[in-house]
Amino acid sequence: MSDSAFAIVFFAIVGGALRVSTPFMFVALGECLTEKSGRVNLGLEGTLVLGAMTAYAVSYHSGYPWLGVFAAGLSGAVLGAMHGYICKLPKVNDIAVGIAMMLFGTGIAFFFGKAYIQPSAPRLESFSLGAWTGNQQIATALQINPLLLVGIAVAILMAWAFANTKWGLIVRMAGDSAPAATAMGVSVDLVRFLSTTFGGFLAGVGGAFLSLFYPGSWNQGLSSGQGLMAVALVIFARWSPVRCIIAALLFGAAGAIGPALQSVGITQGYYFFNAAPYILTLLIMIASAGSKRAMRDVPGELSITK
Amino acid sequence: MAEIANHLGTPPAATRMNDLSIRVRRSAEYVAIPLFALAVSAVLFSLFLLALGKSPSEFFQLVIRGGFGTAFSLQNTLQRSAPLILTALAVAVPARIGLVIIGGEGALVMGGFAAAALAIPMVVGHWPPLLTWFIMAVTAALVGGIWIGIVGYLRHARGVNETISSLLMTYIGIAIMNFFVEGALRDLSNPNKPSTMPLGDAYMLGKMPGTDVHWGLAVGVILAIILQILLTRTTFGFAVRVAGGNARAALAQGLPVGKLIVICCMIAGACAGLAGFFEVAAIQGRANASLVAGYGFTGILVAFLARHNPIAIIPVAIMFGGIVASGGLIQRRMDLPDATVLVLQGLTFVVLLTSETLYGRFKIFQPPTTDDRT
Repeated sequence: MSDSAFAIVFFAIVGGALRVSTPFMFVALGECLTEKSGRVNLGLEGTLVLGAMTAYAVSYHSGYPWLGVFAAGLSGAVLGAMHGYICKLPKVNDIAVGIAMMLFGTGIAFFFGKAYIQPSAPRLESFSLGAWTGNQQIATALQINPLLLVGIAVAILMAWAFANTKWGLIVRMAGDSAPAATAMGVSVDLVRFLSTTFGGFLAGVGGAFLSLFYPGSWNQGLSSGQGLMAVALVIFARWSPVRCIIAALLFGAAGAIGPALQSVGITQGYYFFNAAPYILTLLIMIASAGSKRAMRDVPGELSITK
Repeated sequence: MAEIANHLGTPPAATRMNDLSIRVRRSAEYVAIPLFALAVSAVLFSLFLLALGKSPSEFFQLVIRGGFGTAFSLQNTLQRSAPLILTALAVAVPARIGLVIIGGEGALVMGGFAAAALAIPMVVGHWPPLLTWFIMAVTAALVGGIWIGIVGYLRHARGVNETISSLLMTYIGIAIMNFFVEGALRDLSNPNKPSTMPLGDAYMLGKMPGTDVHWGLAVGVILAIILQILLTRTTFGFAVRVAGGNARAALAQGLPVGKLIVICCMIAGACAGLAGFFEVAAIQGRANASLVAGYGFTGILVAFLARHNPIAIIPVAIMFGGIVASGGLIQRRMDLPDATVLVLQGLTFVVLLTSETLYGRFKIFQPPTTDDRT
């Protein structure tokens, strides 16, 4: 491989990581908030798909992609609220409801999304981090989207809020010990309902990124497990919003290897590289599950790590 | 106090009668609440259709006609319920030991793909079909069993969440099949759809005599019965129930919980792998993306509706086989997208899980003794 091809692959992976990681980031942040409050929402895969479809449809009809982003968040919030409400009933298992919500969200998205496979909707604008190099290919590879910056800002805000605000403390208390929260006069069910709803909003925004920026169109194969991988990623990030960002970038890089190699003509093993993020997730789960550090950071009420 | 005295005084025969009545009441609860959930989902789905300006009665009539109306549609339904029985068993068996495994689709794909790949040299070498099918079936069950067995092992040895890992394994399995089907094992004479070499007519698994339904249905029903006996009438089944109820107590009793978990997962994977074998040997004739048809996911819903009871899985799978089979007719007649069935399934699943909260709330289903106390 020549130097310039190497540089292109390198920047394609970096740029790809920035692009591919954004939906991971939003779903992981949403799940992080939900899990901090002591509940697991496995349905965010369905939320991601529904968000993608909603964003595309609203952007197509209104002509305003940012309105689409907001609508995607709302659709995600509705699914999150459903999950949050159902799980507060006694004897209902949050993991099983998550699986059902995954199927339900995907079903609704495919049902209403059929009409939007053909038309093209206005997409989100982007700017390039690589314009200074003067190299057109590198500049194209480093196109990034404002949503990435929004995601990073949300992560920092969340980390600050968990550590420094009353609301952050309430969420963490509901997640660590429901009896303690109840004793303090906090309605655990309400806290978890709101956390799941807002978590769903974030995941929906992640879906908007998929359909309005990268890959940038709506079809039924748009998300294949990103929502689920993001849930696994939260365990790896040990429930820290800032570590969620780093983990999402790592996942993005893994997902970007295949397309980056393809951009310089290496197509062998494309399907193998497609599987890379899933294999990476599994390896990370094996490495991080049961580790002492993960056990120290896990919210005490969580059913997923028991 | 009077009640306790009364209880002590009852002769053994009456106690047995009482036990029976408790069992009948509990079974009635397990049937009535899922049926109620089904009815509620039907109502909600009807409202959904009405909101879209479609006729619910036309929809349900088409489901009945397209799924069960004629001999042809009934056989089509049974044909589709065969993989559903097997993939539902793949959810139900691990559920008995307390695991939520949703990776049946991956085991189906891997089992089917392995069977198709292994069949190529045997077909080329003109092996006897019976032997070929036998080796294919064993391979599919083995590969599927190992596939989900890994999930069980990771759960036990490392505490890796089995729900997430099994779904990840599904994506990995599909990627492995695509890798080979688009590369080394691709049948180059078929440019349209990347597939393995076809088995050819001589090696296609026949139908059961007198029907148009392949042998997968019989195997699914027999396996369901065997697993029901295994889970309820054997020491193994008892150990699984204890471990599923309280793993710590089971460990304290010296039960090999890890081994039980891996065995349950391997049985599950073997069932789903067999479903893949039948899809390849009886329907598709080759391995390709058509194996990824969602049977693994519908199987999850079937297992939950049947409350992870292998025998109950059979009728529920036939019902959902009918809904899947009528999808095409509904799409054509009512101008609804093919995802309509997905919406119905997702809605049913959500309502069903919500109905879990109703257990123990109705006095009629409770043992009479508790009635007296309250």
